[in-house]
Amino acid sequence: MRDDKAQANSRYTAAVFRNEEELFSAVLEARASGFEIHDVYTPFPVHGMDQAAGLKRSRLTWIALIAGAIGLIFGLGLQVWTSAYDWPLNVGGKPFNSFPLFIPVTFELTVLFSGLIAIGVLLVRNRLWLFSKRLVFSRVTDDRFVIVLKQSDASFDVSRAMKLFAKHGAIKVIEGDQFV
Amino acid sequence: MKLALEHQAVSSLRQPLIEGEKSYSEVTTDICKLLDNKPGAGWWIAFSVSFCLLIVGAIATTYTVTTGIGTWGLNKTIGWAFDITNFVFWIGIGHAGTFISAVLFLFNQKWRTSVNRSAEAMTLIAVMCAGLFPVIHMGRPWLFYWILPYPNARGSLWVNFRSPLVWDFFAISTYFTISLVFWYLGLVPDLATARDRTVSKFKRGLYRIFSLGWNGSNRTWSRYETVYLVLAALATPLVLSVHSIVSFDFATSLIPGWHSTIFPPYFVAGAVFSGFAMVMTLMILVRKLMHLEQYITERHLENMCKVTLLTGSIVTIAYLTEVFIGFYSGNPNEMFVILNRGLGPYAWAYWTMVTCNAIVPQLFWFKRVRTTIPVIFVLSILVNVGMWFERFVIIVTSLHRDFLPSSWAMYTPTVTEVGILLGSFGLFFTLFLLFLRLFPAISMSEVKGVLHYARR
Repeated sequence: MRDDKAQANSRYTAAVFRNEEELFSAVLEARASGFEIHDVYTPFPVHGMDQAAGLKRSRLTWIALIAGAIGLIFGLGLQVWTSAYDWPLNVGGKPFNSFPLFIPVTFELTVLFSGLIAIGVLLVRNRLWLFSKRLVFSRVTDDRFVIVLKQSDASFDVSRAMKLFAKHGAIKVIEGDQFV
Repeated sequence: MKLALEHQAVSSLRQPLIEGEKSYSEVTTDICKLLDNKPGAGWWIAFSVSFCLLIVGAIATTYTVTTGIGTWGLNKTIGWAFDITNFVFWIGIGHAGTFISAVLFLFNQKWRTSVNRSAEAMTLIAVMCAGLFPVIHMGRPWLFYWILPYPNARGSLWVNFRSPLVWDFFAISTYFTISLVFWYLGLVPDLATARDRTVSKFKRGLYRIFSLGWNGSNRTWSRYETVYLVLAALATPLVLSVHSIVSFDFATSLIPGWHSTIFPPYFVAGAVFSGFAMVMTLMILVRKLMHLEQYITERHLENMCKVTLLTGSIVTIAYLTEVFIGFYSGNPNEMFVILNRGLGPYAWAYWTMVTCNAIVPQLFWFKRVRTTIPVIFVLSILVNVGMWFERFVIIVTSLHRDFLPSSWAMYTPTVTEVGILLGSFGLFFTLFLLFLRLFPAISMSEVKGVLHYARR
């Protein structure tokens, strides 16, 4: 995935649509005709948009898996070390290293680590934080669908982009300087 | 073109999930209206009653903590009664929320979208209510952190990881944490919607802080959905593990009536059963009070009735199995417990439980019953009463006549214990009513995604 920060200084052209079908066809054609899509903004996740806009599959599932493995090792290690090595305590004649009895806590810590780390990475990766002030297109959290094209160089043909947007039913075209 | 705006019902097999042919912005308006408008008389009455109960509970809890556990009706035979009954009851209630949001999400059940937000909130609040009881019943609640494994000054003294009570601590705190982040993650896009349209400056500031700068970017949506799926996949076994672990509190002991291998699945089914009953009770009230009939439709309630019927039937089979195994074991102590439950001094509690949990939900086989809302409301409350009695029966009838007839005793709750129980209901409803006022009660972004289900 491309870094959002790299585009901070470039101009953009955005088009507003009323529904996901129009947006979808506009995204497909814009990509086919060589425009670089900065991002697409929608009020709800539009399935299939990742492929249409050319996004790769997220690697967050792998991060969650690795985090879960860390939690598993930590949970098991903590219990074996405390109960069998650091302070072995005879409780009802149970073995010090009572492996099956360590499963519940190990499982809970696996889930806890996996979930919290996956969310943490999601927030960092998408730059979501408290007090964040980012550019939000009006009504995009309500019922509007926005496609943003990056004006990467002088060869960007604004009129061609406008024509493409109009063809797919754009109700408004916005041009702006940069993203916050 | 403009397919999405036309709303033509073309599917003959599927019914739309949301009634009233809503457009995207109508969904936003309908849900955000609840946050911006002043609450009606119904909300204020409900809130006042709940808050009074909460105060009763606070007084009873203060009295217990300052005076001691002697204020309760426990005795040398019955060392666990109301507190653990309430604890298991509330944890059980807390299971439907995660079941609706995680398990139904994995099974791609689109109808969950209208109810998952409030069900998750219900889970969080119920787990908070549950967490109170083990803490209060410690007697010295300010030392609750002693069950945490941390390096301390008492020598290298660690917690006993072989104890189911320590497992409980890990299970419940993990369950609460994961449910909280799952719920909050789902809220972020809707908080952004609320931020972009609320007129109150104060509220907008709050929503701006907590919506984390959400702007609906497709990159964000893509990763968000990945993490949501991961969390659902993690929360699904968590639902099963938490109540299994709670049942280990009993099952790993040697008390007849508790020492039973059927407990984990039996407890999990019971938890989902009581949780769904509570979701139905709440949803029927919410749709009426907040005028959400078009979002929480009869079909949602009917689906939940079906889940209740299924889990209720599993619970019934568990009851029969308990009786069968009690006699099949050939163990005189086991047989005595089973007979004592059905015919002993607490037979009234046992038969209340059987009536409410085994017989009442069987009425959901009839479509007339499943679609008549006042009937569902009454039945769902009966199920909750029954499930509370189930925990009471398991705990009190197994303990009150133990191996030594010389130590047999009866248990009656004191006013203090009843006060704490009422207080937990007060806490539950107070927090739930506040939730309805402060957060979008229905997940707007998810509802918008299923708006055209069976249309177009």
